[in-house]
Amino acid sequence: MPEQRVVDADELILRTERQRKFITGAQAMAEAVKRANVDVAIAYPITPQSEVMHLVGDIWAQGYIRDYYRAEEEYGAMSAIAGAVRGGARAFSATSGPGLLRGLEAIASWPGHRIPVVLGVLTRVVNAPLSIQPDNVEISYLLNCGMVVLHAENQQDVFDFTLAGFVISEKVDVYIPVAVCTEGFFVTHAKGYVNITPEELKLPPRDPYKAPVPPTDCEIPPARIQRDAPVQKSNFMSYLIHAVWQQEIWSSNKRAMRYINHYLGGPIEVVNPGAEVFIVASGCAAAQGREAVRYANMEGLNVGLVKVKSIRPFPEKQVREVLSNAKAIIVPEHNIVGWLAKEVKACIPNSDAVIGGPRVYGGMTLPVELIMERVYDAFGIKKSKKVVV
Amino acid sequence: MGLEYVRISPGFERYMPKDYVDLVQYGQFGKEVDIQQLGQFKELVEEHPMCAGCFMAYFIRVFYAALPKPEDTIVIGTAGCARLALSQAAVPFIYGNYGDTNAVASGLKRALKIRFPNKPKDVVVIAGDGGLIDIGFGMTMHSWFRRENFTTIMVDNEVYGNTGGQESGMSPKGVQLKMAPKGKQFEKINAVELAKTAGCVYVAKLSPTNPKRIAKTVRRAVLAAREFGPTFIHAYTSCNIEYSIPTEKVLEDARKREKQDFGFYEWMTDEVKEFFEELERSPQEVKT
Repeated sequence: MPEQRVVDADELILRTERQRKFITGAQAMAEAVKRANVDVAIAYPITPQSEVMHLVGDIWAQGYIRDYYRAEEEYGAMSAIAGAVRGGARAFSATSGPGLLRGLEAIASWPGHRIPVVLGVLTRVVNAPLSIQPDNVEISYLLNCGMVVLHAENQQDVFDFTLAGFVISEKVDVYIPVAVCTEGFFVTHAKGYVNITPEELKLPPRDPYKAPVPPTDCEIPPARIQRDAPVQKSNFMSYLIHAVWQQEIWSSNKRAMRYINHYLGGPIEVVNPGAEVFIVASGCAAAQGREAVRYANMEGLNVGLVKVKSIRPFPEKQVREVLSNAKAIIVPEHNIVGWLAKEVKACIPNSDAVIGGPRVYGGMTLPVELIMERVYDAFGIKKSKKVVV
Repeated sequence: MGLEYVRISPGFERYMPKDYVDLVQYGQFGKEVDIQQLGQFKELVEEHPMCAGCFMAYFIRVFYAALPKPEDTIVIGTAGCARLALSQAAVPFIYGNYGDTNAVASGLKRALKIRFPNKPKDVVVIAGDGGLIDIGFGMTMHSWFRRENFTTIMVDNEVYGNTGGQESGMSPKGVQLKMAPKGKQFEKINAVELAKTAGCVYVAKLSPTNPKRIAKTVRRAVLAAREFGPTFIHAYTSCNIEYSIPTEKVLEDARKREKQDFGFYEWMTDEVKEFFEELERSPQEVKT
């Protein structure tokens, strides 16, 4: 292991010269963790996430991380993460599908406990019949927890979102967890080109005293989130205290946007902003949407892409602005419920322009042809027309 | 450093609440108290909303007075009666989710070890029979298997008191409770043997009839956890409401159970035994 030197977060993320590597999504996540000056990583196996925490374990064995263990199960893992972060450590864990749901009671309480942490969510099927294949329905369960939810399109995003995730989550005016989601297998187990920062540079350590809610370490008067018995009972005081606390969590979530702008170049990426028809997509579906835009443009169809990087906070204003003149909005997704289509519909006045789908799930891939069918529909072109290329 | 954060900044003494000033001036921070002096010093927990005659409240009172280093101790609890008193104490308290105490404590203790390698920071879990042996069973056991350095105290009232009197795994066989309308169908779980098998280095079982003994047991459990590994105390803390024990009969009941199935029991590894023989010969060293 090379001796690592601490550099300023902006320097590391925005300005250091990067090296191009051909690595998997799991490797990209682990490489980001390696540069994040992590104190404690807690692992529990589940396909397809396991690969990430294997690699993080290797990094610990090499000395990049100060403590690491395999927990009893995800509820235990996510609870221990809360303990470590309240003790002032910087922590990391990752999970997938059923594991995420098993840990969800703990995870959903992280924002309220003011736990700044990064959680890798490498999506897979939840629900029966059991399958280990990619499907991102689990992200919908995260949307109402209060945490920041980023959705990575590819290996590069995984690296960038994970590294920036630590910085964003620990900002005093944010101070809530960040989930970095991406599709299992399609991204975690496939290689792509990733520009990564030098191995010998790392983020500054966490300063737990730079916080809206102090750590519980007997060095500083503690915050008692659950203090007085009357507050735990049913009365107007307790309603009020819970209400203002949760309002603050959601305000914190909104305030993450300025750092998403700063470190990730904004919550959305727009290809062909003057388009007539837009594809709005996140994660892997954005990669396929990108291809569909290329196909369409080759055919002379004016199609654009809105890639949504940040699902929470959801970039309502930006999405509304880009889509204000859209004739049709196609939302391809890797899940059956269409959570992204609902998000988009909810924030634009012309919601009937949204074509929910195509949707694939249970492990299916998302062929560009499926998206193109919707594009042709949107332009009133007969379906029988073949896709070029 | 722990003392630093409880100390009142010079000039602020007369603006601080009287209770807090008393706590710093006449309390336990930075000194050792004799449990038999209870009532003659400012205690870490005084007011609490627990039921009249609650023996769990009494046990918790003695527990706080027995802490070897309260200014560097963090208590972790979960849903249940105990947390109503724990959250009122002048010791940092973490109240997480259902049954998560031993997982939270694992993460917390590890973080504190990383950040303060040369300074003891004691972590103590106090939770009920439901929290530790039912809903949190896996996390309780695995924290012991992993040999985490913290103390687990089960305040066993043999019932889910706070949710209205349901059967728990620690209720005695045959007892009729809510969710056990025909009486409990299986035996009380043997938590002490589980703790020994799972790797606790110090295990004790008691009925709180003797404050001096409670204090000694708590102190030993905390110190052994600091030095060697997981420790466990199984304390009988009756629920006088759900088990209909008249307030004036609560102590009598504790004595009866002590004779029946809660006789004082203490077990420790040879290493821990040696440590205490050495330590208790020179009591002055405890605080260092």
